[in-house]
Amino acid sequence: MSVTATKFYQVGSFAIGNRLLPADQASIQADAERTNALTSGHRACQGCGEALGARYALDAAMRAADGKVIAVNATGCLEVFSTPYPESSWRIAWLHSLFGNAPAVATGISAALRAKGRTDIRVVGQGGDGATVDIGFGTLSGMFERNDDVLYICYDNEAYMNTGVQRSAATPPAARTSTTQAVGTDPGNVFGQGKNLPRIAMAHEIPYVATATVADLRDLEAKVTRAMQLRGARYLHVLVPCPLGWGSASCDTVRIARLATQSGLFPVFEAEKGEVTSSTKIRKQVGVEEYLKLQARYAHLFAPTRREDVIAQLQASADRNIARYGLLEPESNPEVN
Amino acid sequence: MEKPFAITLDVDSSLANHTGSWRVERPKYVNLMPPCNNACPAGENVQNWLYIAEDGSYEQAWRALIVENPFPAIMGRVCYHPCESVCSRGTLDESVGINSVERFLGDLAIEKGWKITQPEERSGFRVLIIGAGPTGLSAAYHLRRLGHDVTVRDAAMQAGGMMRFGIPKYRLPREVLDAEIARIVEMGVHIQLGARVDNVQEAIDDNFDAVFLAVGAQIGKRAYIPAGAAARILDAVNVLHDVEDGQAPLLGRKVVVYGGGNTAIDVARTAKRLGADESMIVYRRTREKAPANDGEIQEAIEEGVVIKWLSTVKHADEGVLKIEKMALDADGFPQPTGEFEDLEADSLVLALGQEVDLSLISNFPDLEVRDGVVQVDSSMMTGRAGVFAGGDMVPAERTVTTGVGHGKKAARNIDAWLRHSVVDKREKPAVVQYEDLNPWYYSDAPHAVRPRLEGARRASNFDEVVKGLDESTALYEARRCMSCGNCFECDNCFGVCPDNAIIKLGPGKGFEINLDYCKGCGICVTECPSGSILMIPEKS
Repeated sequence: MSVTATKFYQVGSFAIGNRLLPADQASIQADAERTNALTSGHRACQGCGEALGARYALDAAMRAADGKVIAVNATGCLEVFSTPYPESSWRIAWLHSLFGNAPAVATGISAALRAKGRTDIRVVGQGGDGATVDIGFGTLSGMFERNDDVLYICYDNEAYMNTGVQRSAATPPAARTSTTQAVGTDPGNVFGQGKNLPRIAMAHEIPYVATATVADLRDLEAKVTRAMQLRGARYLHVLVPCPLGWGSASCDTVRIARLATQSGLFPVFEAEKGEVTSSTKIRKQVGVEEYLKLQARYAHLFAPTRREDVIAQLQASADRNIARYGLLEPESNPEVN
Repeated sequence: MEKPFAITLDVDSSLANHTGSWRVERPKYVNLMPPCNNACPAGENVQNWLYIAEDGSYEQAWRALIVENPFPAIMGRVCYHPCESVCSRGTLDESVGINSVERFLGDLAIEKGWKITQPEERSGFRVLIIGAGPTGLSAAYHLRRLGHDVTVRDAAMQAGGMMRFGIPKYRLPREVLDAEIARIVEMGVHIQLGARVDNVQEAIDDNFDAVFLAVGAQIGKRAYIPAGAAARILDAVNVLHDVEDGQAPLLGRKVVVYGGGNTAIDVARTAKRLGADESMIVYRRTREKAPANDGEIQEAIEEGVVIKWLSTVKHADEGVLKIEKMALDADGFPQPTGEFEDLEADSLVLALGQEVDLSLISNFPDLEVRDGVVQVDSSMMTGRAGVFAGGDMVPAERTVTTGVGHGKKAARNIDAWLRHSVVDKREKPAVVQYEDLNPWYYSDAPHAVRPRLEGARRASNFDEVVKGLDESTALYEARRCMSCGNCFECDNCFGVCPDNAIIKLGPGKGFEINLDYCKGCGICVTECPSGSILMIPEKS
């Protein structure tokens, strides 16, 4: 028998906490005293991935900045469901201006704090994929190129969900939205368009770019913590499944995010100054179909006729991610699932 | 309300919005039946004592274990651990070594001298138990805990029954057996040895309020085998008994054991240890069909025992046996082939199963005997009110663990009968299926193997073959438990709720759902590693 480390807590590091873990090894979310940046009573749909991702990220930012965080929110689901007048779910300093200007507002706050000598207060900008990759893209790119001291977090649910599931530049190929209906010979969103914002951010050679999902809390927390250790423009792209827009069961939000990573469709990695520095390896590889079939937005790929060609195209893009980011361990054996 | 400059909305003002009203289903923490508990013949709450052991609280774990079974050190050696066969972890990588952790706890209890708490209550009832084997001692232990005055009578000069006279000491060292029996004696159980009961009625008349029969099955079954006058044919039960008494019989250089059960394996391995050059088992069916535990078969083969499958003994003579080869028919039954061969053998030991010695109830009315065993109802009571029976003498699988389970069940029913009450039968929760778990969260952790003596080395003496785990390895093994159907406080539900609707109550206290805000999305159910949360519909 090989030597076995006995410091083994039933679920290793994959669960959020464990009663046997010392506090310094538990995740921030396992702490009963976590900030709860986004608290109960918000009006997000059942099983909202964005509400979950925002709390994960901001609680970690609050921990890293010792509670001194100002968040600037773009228009979108997150803003609408958290602050219907006169209620607010935010337990942190939080500000909303317009759909397209969150990065610019964050830049302004950062500059004001610097002028006041309050660099201990950290600024987080946040928005959905619409605000980030489409409407606010110009101000975000400016924030990047000036290297303003802001951590910008995009909660990517791959369409404009709040206004009725319209396509964004982050909507994946073949997905059905209200503006890319599943009709015609090439149903759903087209292939070959859209923006890969993490790579665009890397092209700005900013200090830190990372991707994460709500399926791997510890990874997400580590990336927020890392980003908060750095100064300058930082970008975190978090995949947050949307039960409403994706047509998935509300209980499957985390599972779908996990399948996105385990299929390779959503690569989880981090990059510094334009270079990929690490990627999170696939633990139990699955084909893209495992991910697609849980979502009604891809139902047209399976009925009335099965679109092998489209599924193969999606699998090819997953395989490209796996090769590009080195998502499989060299010694990993697909049979050991 | 006046607000500071630029502040328009109050912190926590969203708490006024009770989103729980959206819900049509609610999550509920449950305690389901883990497969291990469900499979345990002694009804142990395996998951529970593993859970307690996981933080190093070994004494509490041991105390939780002995609520159901007073013999963890014995179990950790002789139980065939059906729990491990059904362990969910076996589907993920390898089953949890439940048996080895049980042995660790049992051995630690002996080493540390942990005692069983004395019963405070005195019921005033006197119960007689006939037979000091696993079944009788288990019943005595449980009845004593329930406050009764218990007397155990056994014909032998030492307690333990088949644990002593059937199981060789290389599997169960006698110090271990003695220590666990001594603990029961210390509770105030009266064990009378050399006290054979020939007449149950007379024993009852000796002012007992209830009787439990647990004499076991210790008469070796005879099969008619044509034999020459000089053939040496012995009975397996007697051989093992005589070895234990220090009067090992002369088996010769070449020994053949006839049978395919655990007793056959025990005798063949014992013969090796007594110095036989060749120890062979002859069995009419195949290894797959043999009733013996496969691990025991494997250990015997490692020690050099040769097994001749699909063979019967047709004739025995001095120094030689005539063997007929068998073949399985379409229904899997062995049929003679007419092919014969001769086998050199100095002795033939018959291990063809055991029968119950029914002489003690021969003139005792109201007891129904069918197929050589005493019939009992679901409360273990015989046809005679107040007379209960269990273990090998009633229809059952004949293992130590089953006997221990019978003892417990009988004790609870005897207690209820004496007090004119009913046994508290809680509805059994649903058994957890592997599909109910979320195995993603369990990291890979292969099974820790118990060290064993090398086959060749161990076959020459009666030293214990399988060794125990050390503390760190036992802890590791306990922590491999997936805690099927029972919360182990991994904090997943608390973390994954998008609505902050889980309240963490602190270590050992688990979690609560805040139904004011729970929208009923069910993510906590999907992401619960151990399947300990279920969705239930809201009342309309």
